[in-house]
This record gives sequence, structure tokens and C-alpha cells, in this order.
Amino acid sequence: MKKLGFIVNPIAGMGGRVGLKGTDGADIIAKALELGAEPVSPARAVETLRGLKRVGVKFELITYPAEMGAAEASEAGLEARVIGHITSGKTTAEDTKRAAREMLEQNVDLILLAGGDGTMSDAIEAIGTQVPILGIPTGVKMHSAAFANTPQTAGEVVVRFLSEGLPLREAEVMDIDEEAYRENRLVAKLKGYARVPYEPVMMQATKEGSTGYEFADQKAIARWVFELMERGCVYALGPGTTTRAVAGELGIYDSTLLGVDLIENYKLLARDTNKQQILKVIGKQPMTIIVSPIGRQGFILGRGNQQLSPAIVKRVGKENVWVLATPHKLRATPTLKVDTDDAELDREFRGYIRVITGYRQTCMIKVV
Amino acid sequence: MSYQQARWIEPLIFELSKQGRVGWALPGKPRERINIPKELLREKLELPELSEPEVVRHYTRLSQMNYGIDSGFYPLGSCTMKYNPKVCEELAALETASCIHPNQAEETVQGALELMFRLERFLAEIAGVARVSLQPSAGAHGEFIAMLLTHAYHKSKRDDKRDQVIVPDSAHGTNPASAAMAGYEVVTVPSNARGRVDLKALKAAVSERTAALMLTNPNTLGLFEDQIIDIAKVVHDAGGLLFYDGANLNGILGKTRPGDMGFDIVHFNLHKTFATPHGGGGPGAGPIGVQRELEKFLPVPVVEYDRKRKRYYLDYNRPHSIGKVRAFYGNFGVLVKAYAYILLMGAEGLNEVTEAAVLNANYIMHKLLGVEGYELKFDASGPCKHEVVFSTEPLKRETGVTARDVAKRLLDHGIHAPTYYFPPIVPEALMIEPTETESREELDRFVVALNTMAQEARSNPEKLRSAPMATAIGKLDEVKASREPILSWRAHRKLAKK
Repeated sequence: MKKLGFIVNPIAGMGGRVGLKGTDGADIIAKALELGAEPVSPARAVETLRGLKRVGVKFELITYPAEMGAAEASEAGLEARVIGHITSGKTTAEDTKRAAREMLEQNVDLILLAGGDGTMSDAIEAIGTQVPILGIPTGVKMHSAAFANTPQTAGEVVVRFLSEGLPLREAEVMDIDEEAYRENRLVAKLKGYARVPYEPVMMQATKEGSTGYEFADQKAIARWVFELMERGCVYALGPGTTTRAVAGELGIYDSTLLGVDLIENYKLLARDTNKQQILKVIGKQPMTIIVSPIGRQGFILGRGNQQLSPAIVKRVGKENVWVLATPHKLRATPTLKVDTDDAELDREFRGYIRVITGYRQTCMIKVV
Repeated sequence: MSYQQARWIEPLIFELSKQGRVGWALPGKPRERINIPKELLREKLELPELSEPEVVRHYTRLSQMNYGIDSGFYPLGSCTMKYNPKVCEELAALETASCIHPNQAEETVQGALELMFRLERFLAEIAGVARVSLQPSAGAHGEFIAMLLTHAYHKSKRDDKRDQVIVPDSAHGTNPASAAMAGYEVVTVPSNARGRVDLKALKAAVSERTAALMLTNPNTLGLFEDQIIDIAKVVHDAGGLLFYDGANLNGILGKTRPGDMGFDIVHFNLHKTFATPHGGGGPGAGPIGVQRELEKFLPVPVVEYDRKRKRYYLDYNRPHSIGKVRAFYGNFGVLVKAYAYILLMGAEGLNEVTEAAVLNANYIMHKLLGVEGYELKFDASGPCKHEVVFSTEPLKRETGVTARDVAKRLLDHGIHAPTYYFPPIVPEALMIEPTETESREELDRFVVALNTMAQEARSNPEKLRSAPMATAIGKLDEVKASREPILSWRAHRKLAKK
């Protein structure tokens, strides 16, 4: 019987909803808690396990104590062999590394790791490519190619890996400097490689940044968005260089590259907002969300812009979500994805969506 | 491989000029002096001064450093570079065709009008449309007129919400450009894994804002849009029109007709399908055909026949017309050549044109399938039409040699490069259209050349990267050529002064 190792970083993703762009470091965790952040990682990890249980494929689940796996397994109704020790409520990167090493000693066939880029970096620092690993996306940033698209698809990849076997490939593990990220600089570092089951449709590609000659296209997009904008409506401008070009077209030069800014009557209403601030505005005025897919991964909602929570997107409505992407970016992102933490909302976005690709130019792109 | 293009170190004609040298001296002085206003008089006329043999040698040498369909194989995909029969040139050069003036009285140019009248009907029959206008003087001009006709049609129905034109991602770049020029918003629909229009995406794209779909069939991948009946239904049900881009008409002549597929507006490239010379900026001709309900919007004038008086005339009295789109009546010389070509081939001949063109493309496809380094990105299951798009991505992955390197190295074999990096949905694309006028030996030579290059990419990639070597001009600095083009003596002189 195949052995599946299961590790959860329980604090991953907490910084996202409160606009902190990551959850690395003790002081940031404290700040996130202060802002009212709630754990998101365990619930998403449970979703993956539930999928595994439904299919009924046979395997031995080996996990770490309490919130690092045992709790999630029992919530999903799966039996698990628990190894190792932690101090519950005070887990750190060291726990992730130790857990990964102990899974290696247990000769597991695959480690299923719930977390973000930071968690994945820690794990491969400990075990390199000695054990195949698959990420359940529960963090704020997921620039690494070692994550499945959603918790559900993570489950599907595991099932295929355990039942019929999947080829393995080396996938880039990226992490970005959160400190720089908060200061609007995107510094992505290649942390190493993980060996992951290869399933191209269900796995994320690495993030591909915008290249220089995209500026002209971005400017054309920005010009048209500017012409489409109406007075009295609030525009929530998501992260990215394409959306930033829109702000530039409006003469707003201090917009955030990585946060969500609010714009009203062609002026900056609020900068780098979080979920609560956005919700407050929605109650009073009509809103349009303007987003751009993240690199080659193609996520338009739920990655890098978690401030735009499912509740917000639902109230704004699919028809008021404008997606911007240059033709060059679309070539590397043939399909788009949404992972809002709300399966019903994700489903609503599936099908074809109109993407603004230039001045008076759109393209029908599939959301999978 | 043994090819070497002429390489003359040929000065500019101005540099060959010697003051006082005369080619031809006309006897006597002009009898009349015309009074030209002083401010319009030029003091110095800067013309080169050479003898007749010097002029002839200069231009002969330049022509030897050129390459055209008369010098060799020209598989430039999507451009249909077929051989231009010389008899058509001869006919167009006849005094009765070349020495008439557009301002002549109608009764003195009845033959020219009859030719246009008949050519129009030939084209209408070939495309399955009701009426054709011969006015547009280029392919993209025809597309643009189609957009103006689309606009006139919807306007006549008091339907002013239709501001979007749908274009597949495999379309020629001129399609979205023509739509945008006419004021439409462009909506792109992706191709499916078979290289055809993604019908689901099309269904999601159409709405009460849809003015038209612009489609090329066979498409730019050389594949027939086999769901065309469904595509037409989706667009028509939404209230939009279907425009047929005639770039690939050579793939279906006599086999099927755009009109029968459901197209409302059809455009032709006489300089592609109907063997009139092509390239170098024209002149071309892009006639436009329409179905019955769009007929009244066609540009003025159209040629009509008055049965009572037994004479042809130019009809300007068309109140619904979109108006004039060009001076006079189109590129008449080109029309003469296309008319001669159609008569030369006859219905059977045009049928054979397509059969041979499609056979030639499939011959190349099958010979290259399986050559390591080249692959088809889309449907390889069935035959292609008149052209085939290979990707050299495997070769690039393995050796770093790009599609452009391959295209440039082909020049060293004395073969014109295929269209490369188009359509953009195929990475490292080589778009090959052999046309019907090439022999099997010529096609084999092309296949051998591509095979040689696939091996060369592995053994001596530098040879490909530094190509072409056997041509009059070597590898160009393309950035400089596009940023600082020197296309006239004046520009050359300006640069020299700097």
C-alpha cells in the first residue's frame, strides 16, 4: 500500500485577507491576528482530504500532530498514523522542516503539503528532491510550480498519482521577499526544485512576469479602461503591472503594485485596502473589480488578491469583474483560473470570459 | 546545394552620373513655352545623367540581385505566390487596355466596361454571391469596404447597437485592423485543439452587439473550418453578418463556394488567387462580393448593361451606396490580367488549380512529417488544404536554431523563405504554400533543403544562424532596417550628411 505524508502549515494564508501579502515571520503573524485574521490553511487542506476520501483510493496516511495534519485528517474522516511532536498554537518554519525530514525517514511515496511559497521553500530546504511533493495552495503567494490549482485538484492529482501513477518532474520553487513586496517591489527568488507529480492541466505553471515590450499594450488597455470608467462607480484595482498602467493613465502614480486600490471619479479613493475597507464601500456605491491574471498561472481571483474575498466578488457580480491581459501574457496563459475559496463562486466563473487585451479589443478566454 | 545569387557592387544611379552625359537627345527645341508661375519653377533639376547602355546595365544588375516568382520557388504561405502567365501581361499591355483614359466617354471604352461587367459575373459565380464590386485596390482595402458595407447594412435596419466584430485568433492581422479602422471593437475568439474556431467561445462572444464575424476558410493553418455551417448559424442567429477573407480562396476554387457556406460578404485577392503579380506594394485588386440584400450598398460606380441601347455604362445612381471608395474604377490593368487568367483556365482549369495546390501542400506535409525537428501543432489527422504550417519548436529546443534561421538558410538553397512566425498561435511557425504551379522536382528540392537544415542544425548550427550567405545581401540588422529605413536617394543623402 502506498504511503502518503501529510503536512499542514496552519498559519499559511492568514496575511492575505487582511492585506498583508504574506504571513512570514512572527511579528507579521501577530499583526495579522491583530487585524482579525483567521486561519485559512486547515480548512482548505481538509477539502483536499475529503476529495481523497470520497474517491476511496487505498493508502496509508502519515501525518504530524494536531493542527499540522492530525486535526485536519480527523475532520475529513480519514484515519492517520501520527508521528513527531509540536507545540500546538506556536508552530514555526522549523516544524515544517522537521516534519518533512521525518516523512522522508518513513519512506512515504508522496508528501502532500498545505501552505504557500514559504512553506514549500522550507520543505525542500529540508528534503530537496528526495521525496515527491505536492502543494495544496493555502498560502497568500503561490509563485511556485509545485502547487495544484485548487485544493480540490490537489486531491485529484493525488488520486491519480496513487492509483495509476503519474510521471514526476522538477518544478521551480519560488518565494518572494515579503519585505520588498510590502514596499511594492516584486523580488522573486528561485529557492530550489521540488519533484512533483506532473499533470499539466491541474498544476500551476511558474509565474511569468511582464516583459518590456508589453508597455505599449498595457498603455492601450489602460486607455480603453479609462474610457469605459464611469463617474459614481468605485473601481477596485487589483495587483499587477497591467492594472497599475490603468492607474497611470488616470494620473495616479502612487498606486500599489501588489495591493488593491480603490478609485472613484478618476481619483485614488483608498490605497492598499483590505477586505473590511472594500466591503464598507460596497454597501454605499456600485463597484467594478479590475484584475489581471497572475503570470502563466492565469489566476484572476484568489491568488495575490485575496483581499477581494468571495463575499466581495459575489456582491460585485461576475459581469462587473473586468479582466485585463496583454496578448503576450495571454499566449503564455491560454486558460484562466479562479480559486476564491468558494466553490460555488468558482463554478460561476467557469466558461468563457471577455478579457480586455487592447484598445477597443477583447478576447474570449476560457476559465477552467 | 549550389546556389549563388549575383552580387554586384553596384553604386547608386546618382553616383554613376557624369555631368553632361546624355542618353537620348530629342531633335530641336520645344515650340511652345508654357508659362509656369515663377514660384513653382525649380532652379535645378537633380536627375542623374547617363548613357542608355549605362542605364540598362545598372537596372539589369539590380534585377539580378532580386528574387521573384520568375527566378525560383516562392512558398510564401498565405500570399499565394503562383506563377503569373506572361500571356496575361501581354494582354494587359495591349494598347486597347493600357492606353485608354478613365475620363474617356463611355461609348469609346465599351470593351473595357464589358470586361469589367463579365469579370464581375465570373467572380460572383466562383464565390456564390449575387454581385461584386471591382473597386477595392488591395486585399485590406476590400476588407475595409466589407466593414463599411456591414455598417451600412445594420444602419439600414436601424440597428445601431452593433459595435463589435469577431475575429478568430488565427486571422490575418489585417482583419482586426480593418474592423478597428471602421470603428468596430474587436473581439478575438480562440482556436480549439484542432486548429479551428472554438464554437463554444464563439457562442459566448456573440450578442446583440455583434456586427460581423471575419473568417478565412481554409484558415491560416491551412485547415478547412469544417464547422462552418454551425458557425454561420451562430452568427446569423445573433443578427451578425459573415465576412469571408479571400486570402485562401486558392484552396477551394470550384470545390465549394463561400456563398454556399453562408457568407454574406466575400473578398478576393486577384493578386493571389487569380495570378496577377503580387508584392512590392502592388498594384493589387481586392474585389468584394455580396449577397442580394447587401447589393444596394456597394460602392459606386458599378458597370451595368442597357439592353435597349445595347451598351455598357457606369451606374452612379445608387442612393443606398456607401459611396466612392477609390478614384475611377479600380486597378484596371490588374482586372484585365485576372480576366485573362480566368478565361485561360476555364472552369475545369480552376478546379485543377485547387486540386494541384492542395496536392502539392499535402505532398510537402507528408514528406516533412516525421523529420525530427519539425512538427504540426494542430490537427495532423487529415489532409491540409493549399498550405501547411509547421513548427520548428522541437528543433529550437534541441539546437537553439529558430524558425527564422531556417527561413534565412533556405535562401542559400535558392528558395524563397516561407512566411515565418505566422500565424502567431503556432510557435516557431513556418507557413508553407507551394501553389499549383510547382513541379514535383521543385517540391522535392524544397523537402531536401529542409531535411538538410534539420541535420545542419545539429552538426553546424552556426551555418543556420549566420545565413544567408549565398545572396546578394547577407544578414540584415533588422532593428536598424525598421527604425531607420532608407528608401529613397533623398533619405540616403540626408543620412550621409549626418
